[in-house]
Formats: sequence, C-alpha cells, structure tokens
Amino acid sequence: MIIGSRPTKFQVRIDNNLCMLCGRCADNCSYGVFRVDDNIIHINSRFCVACHRCISQCPRDAITIIERPCDYRSHPVWTAQVKENIFKQAESGKILLGGMGNAAEYPILFDHLVLDACQVTNPSIDPLREPMELRTYIGKKPKQIEYRQTPEGDIDLVTELAPNLKVETPIMIGHMSYGAISLNAHISMAKAVTEIGTFIGTGEGGLHEALYPYQNNMIVQVASGRFGVDVDYLERGAAIEIKIGQGAKPGIGGHLPGEKVCADVSCTRMIPEGSDAISPAPHHDIYSIEDLKQLVMSLKEATEWKKPVFVKIAAVHNVAAIAAGIARSGADAVVVDGFRGGTGATPSVFRDHVGIPIEAAVAAVDTKLRKQGIRNEVSIIASGGIRQSADIAKTICLGADTVYIGTAALVAMGCRVCGNCYRGLCPWGIATQRQDLVARLNPDEASNNVKNLIDAWTLELAELMGAAGINSIESLRGNRDRLRGYMLDQAMMDVLDVKAIGA
Amino acid sequence: MCGIIGVIDKQRELMDGSAIRDALSIMDERGSGEGAGYAAYGVYPDYADLYAIHVFYNNLVEPKAQVEDLLETWGMIEYDEEIPTYPENKITKIHTPWRYFFRPKTRLMQRSKTPDDEIVKHIVMEVNKSVNGALIFSSGKNIGVFKASGWPEEVADFYRVENYEGYLWLAHNRYPTNTPGWWGGAHPFNLLNWSVVHNGEITSYGTNRRYIESFGYDCTMYTDTEVVAYLMDLLVRRHGLSQELAVRALAPPFWEEIERMPEKPKNLDTALRLTYGSAMMNGPFAIAVASPDSLVGFSDRIKLRPLVIGEHDNRLFISSEEAAIRTIDSAISKIFMPKAGHPIVGRTYV
Repeated sequence: MIIGSRPTKFQVRIDNNLCMLCGRCADNCSYGVFRVDDNIIHINSRFCVACHRCISQCPRDAITIIERPCDYRSHPVWTAQVKENIFKQAESGKILLGGMGNAAEYPILFDHLVLDACQVTNPSIDPLREPMELRTYIGKKPKQIEYRQTPEGDIDLVTELAPNLKVETPIMIGHMSYGAISLNAHISMAKAVTEIGTFIGTGEGGLHEALYPYQNNMIVQVASGRFGVDVDYLERGAAIEIKIGQGAKPGIGGHLPGEKVCADVSCTRMIPEGSDAISPAPHHDIYSIEDLKQLVMSLKEATEWKKPVFVKIAAVHNVAAIAAGIARSGADAVVVDGFRGGTGATPSVFRDHVGIPIEAAVAAVDTKLRKQGIRNEVSIIASGGIRQSADIAKTICLGADTVYIGTAALVAMGCRVCGNCYRGLCPWGIATQRQDLVARLNPDEASNNVKNLIDAWTLELAELMGAAGINSIESLRGNRDRLRGYMLDQAMMDVLDVKAIGA
Repeated sequence: MCGIIGVIDKQRELMDGSAIRDALSIMDERGSGEGAGYAAYGVYPDYADLYAIHVFYNNLVEPKAQVEDLLETWGMIEYDEEIPTYPENKITKIHTPWRYFFRPKTRLMQRSKTPDDEIVKHIVMEVNKSVNGALIFSSGKNIGVFKASGWPEEVADFYRVENYEGYLWLAHNRYPTNTPGWWGGAHPFNLLNWSVVHNGEITSYGTNRRYIESFGYDCTMYTDTEVVAYLMDLLVRRHGLSQELAVRALAPPFWEEIERMPEKPKNLDTALRLTYGSAMMNGPFAIAVASPDSLVGFSDRIKLRPLVIGEHDNRLFISSEEAAIRTIDSAISKIFMPKAGHPIVGRTYV
C-alpha cells in the first residue's frame, strides 16, 4: 500500500436533530453508503457518488453532502484530478473509465453566442396570438420541384419526395441503448416522444417488445456490433441510423459490461446473458466511404426504400468533409455528435480530449454542404451537450435541422449526472438493469417529466422565434445573422460565420 | 415604413412616368427623403432585344474602363450614353448614371439553358462584387431603373421620368435603416427581367442569403431586398416554377392549412415547403415583383405590412396605400386587400 487512502470525494452528514431514523436513505442508496444498525445510521462517505437519491427521499432534509471536504494541496497544474488519475493508474495499470460527457473545463461556445430580437423596424410575433411553426422534416429534399401543367390548369407534381420524418418540434432524443439504460427509462422516453410527435433512438441494443407500441416514433440503430439487428428490427423503426461514431468516444467502439446484460437485454441484443457486449471500433464492413454507401443502400433495399437512413458520426476535426462524403452516400441525414455528448461508459481520455464541440461542427458542416450545393441531400441532426432551449435555437441558427438531446432527458427523469452509469447501480432506475432499482422509475410519471421538458423547451423556442420576428423554423435554420459572438476570437467567429456583438 | 406602388397595363398600353411620380409622392410620409426609385418596362423600344445595363459610376475613369472591359469580353456594347439627369433640385449627383445596350456572345456560356441571361447575371455579380466605384443596378431587356437618394418627386425630376413611357411601372419610397443615403440601397432592385420593391424587413435574410449564395448569387447591396430578386430568378428562370408557385414557395401556407387541403394541392405544397424551406421569407413584408409580362404582389404570411390592390379595366395596381392608387386613377372602382401570403398577379395579354 504505497499510495494509501485518498481524501473522500464527498462527505455525507446527517443532522441528528432532524433525522427520524426512518431508514429511507439506507433503502435507497445502491452504493452502500448507509447502514442502519441499532437505531443508528452508520455512514461510509467513501462510497458516495453524490447521486442525491438519499437527499431526494429524506423526509426531513436531514442529509447534507459536501464535495471534497478535505482536498489536496491546491496546484494549478497538478490538480486533484490529475493526481487521482495517476494514483488509480499507478495501482491498476488500466485505462480510466468515466461516464457522461466531457468533464474538462473547455469554454462553452453556446455561452458566447447571443440571440437576436426585433425592435421597432420590424414587429416581434406573439406566439400566443399568431401561428408559430416548429415542425420540421428530416430527410433528403429535392433540389428543385418539377411539375406538369395539365390542359385544365391543374398541376401534377412530377418530383417524388424521399421518405422524411415529420418532427413536430426540433427536439429529438438520441440513441441510448437498452442495456445501458433500463427498460423503464426507454419506455418513459418513448412514450413522451410519441405523445409529442417527435422521435427517439433505440441505441444499439435492439428493440424490446415493450417498446413496440412506440416503434413509429423510434429510430433503430445499426452499430458496429450489429447487436439486435435483424430485418424485423429494421422494419419496426421509423428510420434507421448507422452509428459510425459517438462524441463521447470518437474512434473507438462501445462496451456494455456483462453485469448489465440480464436475460431481457441478452434477448434484445441477441447475445449470451452476462457476456460483455463489445462493439468494435470500426464497422468491419466499412473501411471507406464507398463501403458506407453500400451499407446505406443495403439497409434501404432491405426496407423497400420506405425509411430514411441516418449516419451518425462524432464531431472530429475534419467533420465537414466527412459529412459531405456521407451526403453523397445516399444517406438522408447526418447526425453530428459533439465532444460533450454523454455516454454510459468511455475511457476518460477520449471523453475529455478527442473531438470538437457541436457548435463549431454544425457550423462547419452546414457551410461545407452549402458550398458544395448538397445541403438539400441531407438533414443535419446535432447532438452533444444541448442543455437548454437557447442551445437549440443557437444550434439551428448555425445550420442544424434538429437536435438530439440525451443527458437532458435523463436529468428530467431524476439523473443527477453523477457519472457512474457504467457501474449498473443507478439508484434512479435509469442506468441499471437491477430490477429493484428499475422498478423505482415509474414510466407514467417519468414520461410526463420528459414530455414536460420538451414541451417547455418548445414553448421557449416559439417565444425566441417570435421575438426574432420568425414564425417558422425553416427561417431560423442557418440564419447566422441572428447570432452574435460575445468574446469570441476572430478565427472562431469566422468558423461560426457570425459577427461580433455590436457589429 | 417605406411606400410601394406598381401598375401594369395588361394590353401593354404605355404610360409616361408623371402619374407614378405623383402617386409615389403622395406617400412621402412613408419615407425619409433618403431614397426613391422607379422601374419601367417597355422604355427602350429601339433597343428591345438588348440588355439595358444601368451603372452608377463614382468616376468615369477606372471603374468605367473595368466595366467596359468586362462587357466587351462577354459581348458587344451596341450603344452607350450617360443617362440624362437634371440636377437642378436638391439631389447631389454623387454618382454618374450610365447606360449600355449590350448584346452577349451566347456561345461563351455553353453550360446554361439561358446563356444570355447567365452572362449578364455573371457580369452583374462580378461588377458589384469586385469593381470598386461601379454598381450595376438595372440589367433587363427594355427595362430601366431610375433611382437615387432623395424624395420621390426629387428623384423623378432628377431623371425626368415623365420622359419615359412604360406599360409597367414599379416605384418605391424608402425609409432606410440599413444604408441611408446610398444610391445602391434605393429600390427597385433589379436583376435581368426581375425588379423588386419591398416594404419590410426580412427576418429570414441570413437563411435566404446562405441559400441563394450556394447557387452562385452574391449579395452585395447590404440590404435584404436584393435576395427577393435573386430568389425569383432562381425559382422561375432556373428551376422553371411559375410565378404563382414561386410566390407560394416564398410565402407558403401554414402546415395547418396544408393539412386540410385535398390530396393533390397538399402534396404540392408539402413538396414546395420541403424543397424551398430555406428560400421561404419570414418577417414583415409587402413585396411587388415585376417581370416583362407580369406584376405580382404578395405579403408575409401574417400580413404585417399593408398591401392594397386596385383593378380598373386593363390595369392592375399594387400599393401600400389606396390614396396612391387613386392619385393615378381617380375613377377606380375595385379596391381590395388581399389575404396574407396570397399572391395577386397581373399578367399582360400580349
């Protein structure tokens, strides 16, 4: 024991004057922080991850959690995090894992962009009194319309539209697999998007029978592990998404630990119970862009050209050129996942250091596609670090058609972003397969929360659009004139193609 | 603010510019004396086959030589002269307006279905982007735009628009917010056969500009109106839409309305919105668009700007105010206000 104990990350305290020894904290903590013995609650703070489940259940507000009560000596370079990582790796010799999205302190571009509103020279539009259109269509659009005029003066449309997804609000929920998250979490979100008229991704975990009622609002995923993929699965989805990469782990595959592969998960994934589900880094049938095109075409052929096919990539340095290649592959939408995108488990070194933020990626992709005259070939779905309605408005101004949210939807169901999803002990019943924990998430209530969140953001978007004198989402898309950069350097503003505040 | 007035005679009977001058001037209150202009169709019958290219020159040395070089490279200048002006009133002649009657060499633009138009469009974009001290503000056949900084009556008198005769007139009185005092900022905006006057502010300008620029148009006028002319050129000339359909793409019905339609129009409108979502214009506007055989007026989808239509015999009037129409035609009987987004089209019979 060379290194010895480290300061606990959290210290849990119970105010004995308030505590009534009901034991709910002990019942609820799946990490084993509390133990009730002889009418005394014993606390082991070292196990605490600050998931706040105990706080949420305590009837007397008796619990306090303090972050880093005893810290390391401060140092600007050798921070506590750096030192702890070294300790862990010195002991284990392994790659460090983390959950959720990028935790490094990069500036957030969203917070350096401000939106516009009308004053005097044009009126703002009141969404309470005037129609406000947030509906958008995801998929390939024709470059131009062709039609025939009949002798009677009727117009016959010659152009045939490719299949598109009709999305009632530009907020979709991204792919989180059954396995990574619980069935109840999936059902809750699927129910919410179905009621709203938007969509959710299945992730690469297949489609559980319990989700069949919502399949018309679900996008099925084909990832490098091909888990859960058969023609029945493809046909059930409203659209199909090929996952090439993910913002939280660009360039590497996925890993679902065997502990989370219960009987049900093993069925939907089509793998043995208890076995690790490891998705390879590349698709083993895609070694270049022309191979991607073949897969896109195969999936379309398998589903009789009735469903749009999306391709999801992580936002990496050359994202614009890659997206242009995807636009030429026959794909109907490109999903760009920024480096703040969440995950159940990823090597922290990837999570924190690989890729670029979604703001810059969307701006670059939209510009590149327009320069090449192929913006109509694909829709752009942006994801990775969308925290609030303003982020969505800004993303659309930068050129996206819609966004995928992920973490935000989980937070709406109670998630505290503690980052321990890969351990399978989520006390909120979200990122776990333990039945007693899953049962804590009531799909009726949770779906209501998710729906409320999307509804609330939709209302805010409508207000923001109305204030900007815009009554249709199409007119916000790529409208970078309605953004200004606040304390951004010129190079960044050139990439985003926005002017500075006051300019 | 801003005031617009347009009139088309469907039999192509010519009208001199005096009435339109008076009609625009009666709406002086809608402007600020910093920009006004007139577009007239049918004014150059002697050169009807040639492109009439109007240029503002800052001086007659470097920019003029550059523009003429470009014109001679792409075709032939059959005749040119300074546009007569009569600067006895308050307008300071900060530019010299010049006109060329130009015949493009068709074979130089083989990739286009309309090579002559494509050559002229190319020259307009090139000059306005790259030639310092020159601005092409009118480039159609048998069409002339006359504009400057000043009140409507001052600009009319500066060019003596009463000396021109056209079967279609379009005029605009400006209350500038973007580029006051700049002659190039005055309306009408013209490209090839299209002339546009606009009252409003296009809140979707950023989206429209990104869209139109990806088709090779350059927005150089620092104002939103020019995109309307380019969008009409793209949708009608290059994509082959009728003017009605083009307007439907620019100011489409709401989804709610589309959903209530019978199958056929529903599919058409859905296809238009999906295809031309980025061309759709948002924000308050009333717009009149002229082409050699039509005058089209339309407003934004919730009608945040006034638009009045008048009809009398062969004439269709489009205006911000009824008073302006009555100034031209005091005996007019039919006057109405069109529904939001709904295009009103006056087309010549001949």
